[in-house]
Amino acid sequence: MLDNCTLCGSCINVCRYNALSIERAMIPLEDLKKFEGIIIWGELENKSGQLQFKKVVYELLGKALELNKELNEQISVAVLGPPGISALIDELFYYGTDIVYLCEHELLEDFSNDGYTTVFTSLIIDKKPSIVLYGATIKGRELAPRIAARLNLGLTADCTGLSINKQKQLVQTRPAFGGNIMASILSPYTRPQMATVRPNTFSKVKSKQSKKGIIEKISVKLEKQSIRTKIIEEISSKTESINIEDADILISVGRGIGSKENIKLVHELAQELKGTVSSSRALVELGWTKHPIQVGQSGKTISPKLYIALGISGAIQHLVGMQTSDIIIAINSDPEAPIFKVADFGIIGDLFEIIPQFLKLCRKNKESSL
Amino acid sequence: MKIIVTIKQVPEANKVAVNPETGTLIREGVESILNPFCEYALDMAVKLKIQNPDLNVEIIVISMGPPQAKYALIRCLELGADKAYLLSDRAFSGSDVWATALTLKEGILKKIGNFDLILAGKQAIDGDTAQVPAELAENLGIPHIYYGFDIKIDKKKINVKKETEKGYKVIEVRLPALVTISKGPSTIRRLPSMKDMIEARKKPLEIINAKSLNMDENKIGLNGSFTQVVKIFSPPTKKAGEIIDGNDSINAAEKLFMFLKEKLIV
Ligand SMILES: Cc1cc2nc3c(=O)[nH]c(=O)nc-3n(C[C@H](O)[C@H](O)[C@H](O)COP(=O)(O)OP(=O)(O)OC[C@H]3O[C@@H](n4cnc5c(N)ncnc54)[C@H](O)[C@@H]3O)c2cc1C
Repeated sequence: MLDNCTLCGSCINVCRYNALSIERAMIPLEDLKKFEGIIIWGELENKSGQLQFKKVVYELLGKALELNKELNEQISVAVLGPPGISALIDELFYYGTDIVYLCEHELLEDFSNDGYTTVFTSLIIDKKPSIVLYGATIKGRELAPRIAARLNLGLTADCTGLSINKQKQLVQTRPAFGGNIMASILSPYTRPQMATVRPNTFSKVKSKQSKKGIIEKISVKLEKQSIRTKIIEEISSKTESINIEDADILISVGRGIGSKENIKLVHELAQELKGTVSSSRALVELGWTKHPIQVGQSGKTISPKLYIALGISGAIQHLVGMQTSDIIIAINSDPEAPIFKVADFGIIGDLFEIIPQFLKLCRKNKESSL
Repeated sequence: MKIIVTIKQVPEANKVAVNPETGTLIREGVESILNPFCEYALDMAVKLKIQNPDLNVEIIVISMGPPQAKYALIRCLELGADKAYLLSDRAFSGSDVWATALTLKEGILKKIGNFDLILAGKQAIDGDTAQVPAELAENLGIPHIYYGFDIKIDKKKINVKKETEKGYKVIEVRLPALVTISKGPSTIRRLPSMKDMIEARKKPLEIINAKSLNMDENKIGLNGSFTQVVKIFSPPTKKAGEIIDGNDSINAAEKLFMFLKEKLIV
């Protein structure tokens, strides 16, 4: 046993006989009770020149509404950005927000770990929420741990499930070992309880009427010197400006496509299904597609409503990036391809035969419904 | 110039499962490997060393883990690291992100002292959390940049190419700083040569226990962890999908169409 032990501690936590239990001092419940409410980080993104909230913000609000059935506290969104963003905020009140904490400052125009940590940390100290949630986006994954370390808080990364238990604690569930196991985690001793949550995991709930929410302007103190990183340049090309993490439908292409030229066929299919094209790493390595659209362990983790894998074998590093998609369809000529193990619908066959037939059907169907 | 690379040994992720009866991890027969992203970080350090001969780069690898994690560190020594430290003690077991970051900080300050750059893998393939490096940077009071894939050293500064959702950014930061690496300079796995292996045996590898770090018992291992795993379980198994033969492509395309129609997609 000792040889295999990696000191991860999971055996201690789950031992049914308490043989391995380690005692730990409890923090008085009274102190924890002083913390109340849920704060969500209102992450902004720039979409073709326009600032807007990331989709995950609305998803987090949807989940917060559900958690709040047990808690009955306030749901607030912390919005950090440059001056002049207050016009964006109204939308948040349709998704269940009670309060928006508006933190505007020139130095918050570009995201920086230093600037955002400083401002968000003082907000948390001031408002004493019991839960703080972030999208597990590139920025969320950088920011949340920095705040956790500064405030000495527990943090659970990349959650796919959140609920409230009888003790009113936040139960944070996340996949580990590439999705082969799930772990439920508590932060019993610290407040706020903090988690980052995978985009596309929860659904957003828009109500017809806007809540009569409050906007609270926070006075932001931030010095230029306290931001230690400087952006020299930012490159985003046209194809790369499509964020595959936001797509509801992904048509993903792998080495089975044979040539760069053939990817045209995949784009045709994507157009027909109103989807976005993504790819396996093999194509990125061949230079046929770009890294921002790579799905998998060294690319992006996505979870769309529909994922269609064309000529992708389904290596574990690919699967961990897409296996939580709602519906998975695979077309592959090799019946043994591991991608079929996660597929809801699979076709063992030649994609060059099947896709053109399918496109024909779609077009015929459209004509007849006109 | 001192470059520290933080290292984790991980089980080969795809082989780990949960024993449905005991709810514990089954690790038998699961091989441990050097986390591939840590290897990328090491490769980046080696590249910087080769590119900047005038800087006299020393590469130090450090890991917190069980005794057998020394094999991952030996691998690093074979692949170009100069010196290795393993923080290993049963008292460290059960460490969460916070406790791990704190232990690494103590190891770095007490054993290595001054440094210029810390490189880390973007995430470990077992936990996938990607949170230890940022917490370590905060504990050490240095800035961090995530998802770097290229670094240029310019005296006391570095320029980091960092992945973004839409492409990349070039970010400048003064040293010391911490950068996590998402892609190595080369994606081709290097295998150490016989000579590398022999050289590695002459390089120092020190194993350090909790006592010699002089850390407060309440701040290490499970005691020092703010999060607590209350349950582990197998993910709900998906029911097997419908797999059809596509030799008759017209028929297959029709079935696909019907499937998507049922799901209201076409
Ligand atoms: C540390 C590490 C990280 C990695 N990260 C990632 C990652 O993030 N993402 C990722 O994708 N990979 C990643 N990989 C690589 C991964 O292991 C695989 O090599 C890669 O996913 C294979 O891509 P593929 O499925 O496109 O190609 P292949 O494995 O070559 O599969 C091509 C498939 O196409 C099928 N095919 C061929 N012709 C046809 C046809 N006419 N019609 C239908 N099917 C056809 C074949 O049967 C085959 O199954 C990583 C590897 C490592 C070591």
